[in-house]
Amino acid sequence: MSFDIAIATAFVVAIVTAATPLLFAALGELVTEKSGVLNLGVEGMMLVGAVAGFAATVASGNYLLGILAAAAAGALMALLFAVLTLHLLANQVATGLALTLFGIGLSALIGRSYVGMPLERLPQLAIPGLSDIPFLGPVLFGHDLLVYLGLALVPGIAWFLNRTRPGLVLRAVGENHDAAHAIGYPVRRIRYLATVFGGALCGLGGAYLSLAYTPMWAEAMTSGRGWIALALVVFATWKPWWVLAGAYLFGGMTIGQLHGQGMGLPVPPEVMNMLPYLATILVLVLISRDATRIRLNAPACIGKVFHPDA
Amino acid sequence: MLKRDFIKLAMAAVFGLTGAVAVTADAVAQDKQVKAAWVYVGPVSDHGYSYQHDLGRKAVEQAFGDKVKTTFVENVPEGADAERVIQQLAQAGNDIIFTTSFGFMNPTLKVAKNFPNVKFEHATGYKRADNVATYSARFYEGRHVIGLIGGKMTKSNIIGYIGSYPIPEVVSGINAFTLAAQKVNPNVQVKVVWVNTWYDPGKEAAAAKALMDQGADIIVQHTDSPAPIQAAQERGLYAFGQSSDMTRFGEKAHLTAIVDDWNPYYIERVKAVMDGTWKSIDTWGGFKEGMVVLPPYNPAIPKDVVAMAEEARQGIIAGKVHAFTGPIKDQSGKVVIPEGKTATDEEILGMNYFVQGVQGQVPK
Repeated sequence: MSFDIAIATAFVVAIVTAATPLLFAALGELVTEKSGVLNLGVEGMMLVGAVAGFAATVASGNYLLGILAAAAAGALMALLFAVLTLHLLANQVATGLALTLFGIGLSALIGRSYVGMPLERLPQLAIPGLSDIPFLGPVLFGHDLLVYLGLALVPGIAWFLNRTRPGLVLRAVGENHDAAHAIGYPVRRIRYLATVFGGALCGLGGAYLSLAYTPMWAEAMTSGRGWIALALVVFATWKPWWVLAGAYLFGGMTIGQLHGQGMGLPVPPEVMNMLPYLATILVLVLISRDATRIRLNAPACIGKVFHPDA
Repeated sequence: MLKRDFIKLAMAAVFGLTGAVAVTADAVAQDKQVKAAWVYVGPVSDHGYSYQHDLGRKAVEQAFGDKVKTTFVENVPEGADAERVIQQLAQAGNDIIFTTSFGFMNPTLKVAKNFPNVKFEHATGYKRADNVATYSARFYEGRHVIGLIGGKMTKSNIIGYIGSYPIPEVVSGINAFTLAAQKVNPNVQVKVVWVNTWYDPGKEAAAAKALMDQGADIIVQHTDSPAPIQAAQERGLYAFGQSSDMTRFGEKAHLTAIVDDWNPYYIERVKAVMDGTWKSIDTWGGFKEGMVVLPPYNPAIPKDVVAMAEEARQGIIAGKVHAFTGPIKDQSGKVVIPEGKTATDEEILGMNYFVQGVQGQVPK
């Protein structure tokens, strides 16, 4: 098989677009989990973001409004979760699962009148000249706004968590909420903010699907990407740069197996379809061999209920 | 007896009487109204396969008005969940239940054993019972016609085919398409990618893009969402829709589609239940019975290609043209259908090999 630069370019561009929704959702969930909240409702928040983004874009004709609406929708879902778990002290795991189911149903309901509506793809930011460089041009410069936003969030969130005071406080709340409370930090408020922020990013991940990846609304169009994003956060041991690697690995394998089938590789198609999930599980197993590493990196208070006066 | 025992006995009697009255009333009402239910594997809003089945259900409602009461359950995964849903519908008093996806086959049969008075109709399957009929459409006839169009319209001689699951229905569709394309263009190659889903817009779009990146300039799908049409439209290439007319998702890209029309069949079968003439049969209708239709051709298709396609379609209706006419060789070169013969229904229903010219594997 001769190395065809056009195919290689298309391949890498496809990986970038496939990884972006995962990247948004996983980064959002990472921030939420770092503060000690386990929000399993990622799939539901992504779907609500997707339908809200699509509906707003169709109604207003403006993609930016659609993107904002998606973030707001995801944030609202997360807010609901936060009220239930941080104020009413409901079990986080159960509430997160309920949020997923609720999001799937709510998005289907809202999206009813939007099914079958075509939409122009989110425009790509083409920089004349730079985008035409073979291979590097389309790969680096030919993407839409959301791809660049997602990539920018990685160093942004890493810097915020590791190099700023508020980030340190957020991590402290996730590690030991009783100690943080004793020092005087507003644990609940910080967790609220982290959860809502995470929800907004999940909404953006969903919006990418409905505005750029396949510009349409279809029920349950995330097809399990929310769950993959949850796994990716653990895969990355709660580090933003590793989330980037994980999202690209998963996206890469998904596109890779399709190309492999298209090229006629003599591997059974079922194995090819399993590859992305196998790869993720393999990496998770490799990481979990060192139990200490997981223990060191996982926020110690994740999922634990915080009682302010206990 | 003690007062509480008396109260319990009285309550039991009241409930028993109410129940008896309700059941009798229900039974009387049921004589007058046929209850029909449909089970869909995907959402009605897929604007594809399940959507067409639901059009059939609505046609039944329109045809019979008050004499029929229809319900449907959508998004039912194939497997254990399906059994539960079908069982619930049977218990709810439905007289006839249509299970519209291949994977509902075993759940349908299982439930049918426990409800001998309920009629079941399973689409695209092959197992029957006294109260289970099967029905399907000869999709491969449609594939033959679009194969002719695809063979003529391709410039790169590579056609991408998005396959859902490697079941005979999908495999025979791929074969019919390839044989027809090769008839008009011996150099054409059909590349198959399996996505292991009937409906997943993201994955279908990714598969379409991967095939187009590999040189395909026409995309054919056996999956239910319009995502591949959109992907083809974005790149300025062509595609064939599946199950329903998907033109609005890609006006330039959409050449035509294979549309399932279940309306006449559903009306006929519900009428049979009403008349008491229902029997377990196997129906496999194609162009002739109106179960497979092609929506209007894209104006970009040259007139002589349209004429050729129409001639083939009429030929199939007249019985003069058959999608699987020998000699047909499989990928290893072995002759599976000899010269002069056409494939029998059994051979088509059990097809588990690809013909020459298809790049891809049929998982065993």
